[in-house]
Amino acid sequence: MSTAETVDNSRRDFLYIATGAVGVTGTAMAVWPFIDQMNPDASQKALSSIEVDIAPIEVGQAITVVWRGKPVFIRHRTEEDIKLAVETDVAELRDPQTDAERAQKPEWLIMIGICTHLGCVPLGQKPGDVKGDYHGWFCPCHGSHYDSAGRIRKGPAPRNLDLPGYKFLSDTLVKIG
Amino acid sequence: MGHHESNYQPKWAIEKWLDERLPVIRMMSDQFIVFPTPRNLNYWWTLGMVLFFFLIIQIVTGIVLAMHYVADSGLAFDSVEHIMRDVNWGWLLRYMHANGGSFFFIAVYIHILRGLYYGSYKAPREILWLVGIVIYILMMAAAFMGYVLPWGQMSYWGATVITNLFSAIPWVGDSITQLLWGAYSVSQPTLNRFFALHYLVPMILAVFVIIHVWALHVVGSNNPEGLDVKTKEDTLPFHPYFTMKDLFVAISVLGIYAFFVFYMSNYMGHPDNYIRANPMVTPTHIVPEWYFLPFYAILRAVPDKLGGVIAMFGAIIVVAIIPWLDTHPIRSLRYRPIARIMFWLFVATALLLGFLGAKPASGWYITASRALMVFWFVYFLIILPILSRMERNNDKLPGSISEAVLGKSDDAAEAR
Ligand code: HEM
Ligand code: FES
Repeated sequence: MSTAETVDNSRRDFLYIATGAVGVTGTAMAVWPFIDQMNPDASQKALSSIEVDIAPIEVGQAITVVWRGKPVFIRHRTEEDIKLAVETDVAELRDPQTDAERAQKPEWLIMIGICTHLGCVPLGQKPGDVKGDYHGWFCPCHGSHYDSAGRIRKGPAPRNLDLPGYKFLSDTLVKIG
Repeated sequence: MGHHESNYQPKWAIEKWLDERLPVIRMMSDQFIVFPTPRNLNYWWTLGMVLFFFLIIQIVTGIVLAMHYVADSGLAFDSVEHIMRDVNWGWLLRYMHANGGSFFFIAVYIHILRGLYYGSYKAPREILWLVGIVIYILMMAAAFMGYVLPWGQMSYWGATVITNLFSAIPWVGDSITQLLWGAYSVSQPTLNRFFALHYLVPMILAVFVIIHVWALHVVGSNNPEGLDVKTKEDTLPFHPYFTMKDLFVAISVLGIYAFFVFYMSNYMGHPDNYIRANPMVTPTHIVPEWYFLPFYAILRAVPDKLGGVIAMFGAIIVVAIIPWLDTHPIRSLRYRPIARIMFWLFVATALLLGFLGAKPASGWYITASRALMVFWFVYFLIILPILSRMERNNDKLPGSISEAVLGKSDDAAEAR
């Protein structure tokens, strides 16, 4: 090979930039496994579902079941609970949802029992619990009030209580997940 | 490091041999024996050594605790009880570690307030200040993850609330929280990684301590008068004058610490953390460790999720950027009567917020937290910049450190 008299600058720049680009992409690709390993693994992701027999729950009663490590609230609502939820002016809500969007069957309210603020489990499941200003649930951690359809009414939480996917297999059997 | 002449004279042949290859003895002598230190340093300058002691205590007790602790959500709580009951001296090691964390924070808060009072963050010490803030943030990370390890109710729900702070970030928040958890809630993967990181963070912290001392030794210590060192008469060698003073305080503090370890072992902890973690039931009143309370009060003062999180982190950021908010030419508040009053109001605000952070989030507690939170930001973002321009220069300011100590007259002393 003969040596050129003048250095070919554009060729040098190309090599320089190409090397840099490959280096950066390569580093980013090499770093990814080290970050992604922290995400939920296969055993966590494996979707589980549970079947709950709701026959024993009397009107006005509520139970908490565990689904994917989280508490799920199932409340058998009273006429009054439903009336309060239906008559609420949806336009005024922070996270507007009608009662029909919250419950597949009006008498059964099924929600994930985790406050959408910072993750505490709200009170209101047990008969003696404080239920907040809207006859639903009250999160004592930072004072979020949820109504009888689990919608956020007052306090720092941004969203209504989340709903899990669920299906009524029969009148008394519900499948969550 | 440092701008003074080295006067180290290797005595033995081996010292000379080493000095020509790796001058570590020279560095230690220059930096920690003859290092010129302002002669007027008062007791508030001794906290650095106290902090150093507590870092060592945390690392040593931590490493031996890690030999017995099990980071498994099913076994962690029992393994801590096993340390308390079965392991030889386990109760002592754990109480030393748990109380050591609290004492570490007591010392760092006094150390930070010292810096704020005497203007130690002002030029040329801005980097020193920022490195200090990094150390403080690492301390908070270490203490937070350490508190999760015993896997009691407060561990679990503290971890839940704090990790959920990240879910407030728009769009990516939920993915980040899941990344932190390694699951869909705080659970086994979370505990396991928190243990790994709780072991790691103090080591990174130790590296930053070295950088902190490096930055300090480039510019030298500030002092109660806030004056620059001008002549040799303004300083004394670090050893024995300050090593002895520092050790005296460090040992006295260790005495108080020992009293807590032996007689008030759980005073600064929360009884609920002796209840096993239960992901289905949140304790009715959850509180973080005392050293986080002012920030927790700020978080709860804002009736909006993202807003609360921003306010909480913002409260630390304004402290970090104070070198660019308070630009008044006089460093020490001894010679700034108005700023001094404001400073004490700020201290009162921080203490009251700490008190409110431990109260339920309702009624007048919330109203008071809001008012105090506003003052916190007003102090840094409005009062300090305005005073930087308006507060008059003080004619009592002495000409030099030696003048302040040895006195032209008693005036300087009276001014305090
Ligand atoms: C910056 C320094 C450190 C701080 C502020 C700190 C803080 C804490 C705190 C607050 C706890 C909870 C104590 C309790 O209530 O039981 C804890 C636990 C623990 N720490 Fe640390 N720590 C530090 C360094 C270390 C190091 C370097 C290690 C290991 C090499 C370590 C190992 C442990 C272990 C195994 C536990 C669980 C046992 C227990 O709960 O007593 N720590 N730490
Ligand atoms: S976690 Fe429910 S209000 Fe904060």
